[in-house]
Amino acid sequence: MDAEAVKLLGKYLGAGLTTFGMLGAAIGVGLIFAAALNGIARNPATEGKLKGFALMGMAIAEIMGLLAFVIAILILYVVK
Amino acid sequence: MTEAAPTVHNPLAQFEVKKIFTLPDVFGYDISFTNASLLMSLSVIAVALFMGLGMRRRELVPGRFQSMVEMTYNFVADMLTETAGADSMRYFPIIFSLFIFILFCNLFGMIPYSYTVTSHIIVTFAFAAFAFIGVTCIGFYKHGLHFLHFFLPSGLPGGIGGLLLAVFMVVIEFFSYLARPVSLSIRLAANMMAGHTLLKIMASFVGVGLIGIFPFAFILIFTGFEIFVACLQAYIFALLCSVYLNDALHMH
Repeated sequence: MDAEAVKLLGKYLGAGLTTFGMLGAAIGVGLIFAAALNGIARNPATEGKLKGFALMGMAIAEIMGLLAFVIAILILYVVK
Repeated sequence: MTEAAPTVHNPLAQFEVKKIFTLPDVFGYDISFTNASLLMSLSVIAVALFMGLGMRRRELVPGRFQSMVEMTYNFVADMLTETAGADSMRYFPIIFSLFIFILFCNLFGMIPYSYTVTSHIIVTFAFAAFAFIGVTCIGFYKHGLHFLHFFLPSGLPGGIGGLLLAVFMVVIEFFSYLARPVSLSIRLAANMMAGHTLLKIMASFVGVGLIGIFPFAFILIFTGFEIFVACLQAYIFALLCSVYLNDALHMH
C-alpha cells in the first residue's frame, strides 16, 4: 500500500471508531429516562416537574455523544 | 464541505448552500441571496403570518387559530417562569423569538427538497452566541463585578486544601461556562444534520426492488420522529437559554 492509501485507511477507520462515543451517550440517556420513569411511577404527582429535568438531563448527556460526531466530521473533512 | 465527488446519492448534498441570485460583494463579503436566505426569510414571514393572523380578531373566547397562537405563547411563558422565575418575563421576547424562529426553521427543513437552515453550525452558533453574550451582559449589569462569584461554588472547605480546590473549581467552572455556546450550537446543528442524513441514506435503499418497502416504511416512521425532534430541539434550546438566564439573574 502506498502512503496515500494508508492515510485514507486511517482516516476512515478513525471516523468509524468515533461511533463508539455514542455508546456512552446512549447509556446516559437511557439511565436518565429510566430514573425519570421510576420517579414518576413512585410519585405520579411530580410528572410535570420531572419531565423538564429529564429533557434537560437528556440534552446535557446527548451533547457528549454528539461531540463524537463532530470529531468524525473533523477527521473526514478537515484533516488533510 | 463536500470534498467527495458530488453524486446523486451523496447524503450530504442536501446541506449545500446554493446561490439563487448573485449580488455584488460588499466589503469583500459575498452577500448573494442563497437557499439559506430564502428559507430564513420564509420562516420569518411564516412566523409573522402565524402570530399576526392568529391574533387579528383578539376574541375573548379564542377560536382554533387564535388558541394555537395562545398555546405557543403560554408554553414558552410557563417554561420561562418555571425555570427562571417571574422576574425573567422581561426577557421573554428574546426567548420566544429564538424558540419560534428555530422551530419554524426546523419544521421548514422537514419539507422534502427543502433546506435546513439550522443544520449549519455557523447559523446555530450565531443564535447561541447572541444568547451567551446577552446573558453574560445581563449578569454583569445586574450583579456588577459580584457576578464573577458565579465561578466559585459555595460550600468549599477552608484551609490550604480548600484554596487549592477553589483554584481548581474556578478553572473548571470558567471553562464549562465558555463551553455553553459551543454545546448549545452543536446540539441543535448535529441533531438536525444527523436526522436528515439518516433519512437520505435510508432513501437510497428504497430503490433496490421489492425489499425496498422496509426502508420506505422506516422513512415514514422516522419522518414523524424527526418532526418530534425538530420541536424538541427548539424547546431544549429555549429551555437551556432560560436556565442560563436564571443563572445570570439569581446566581447560585
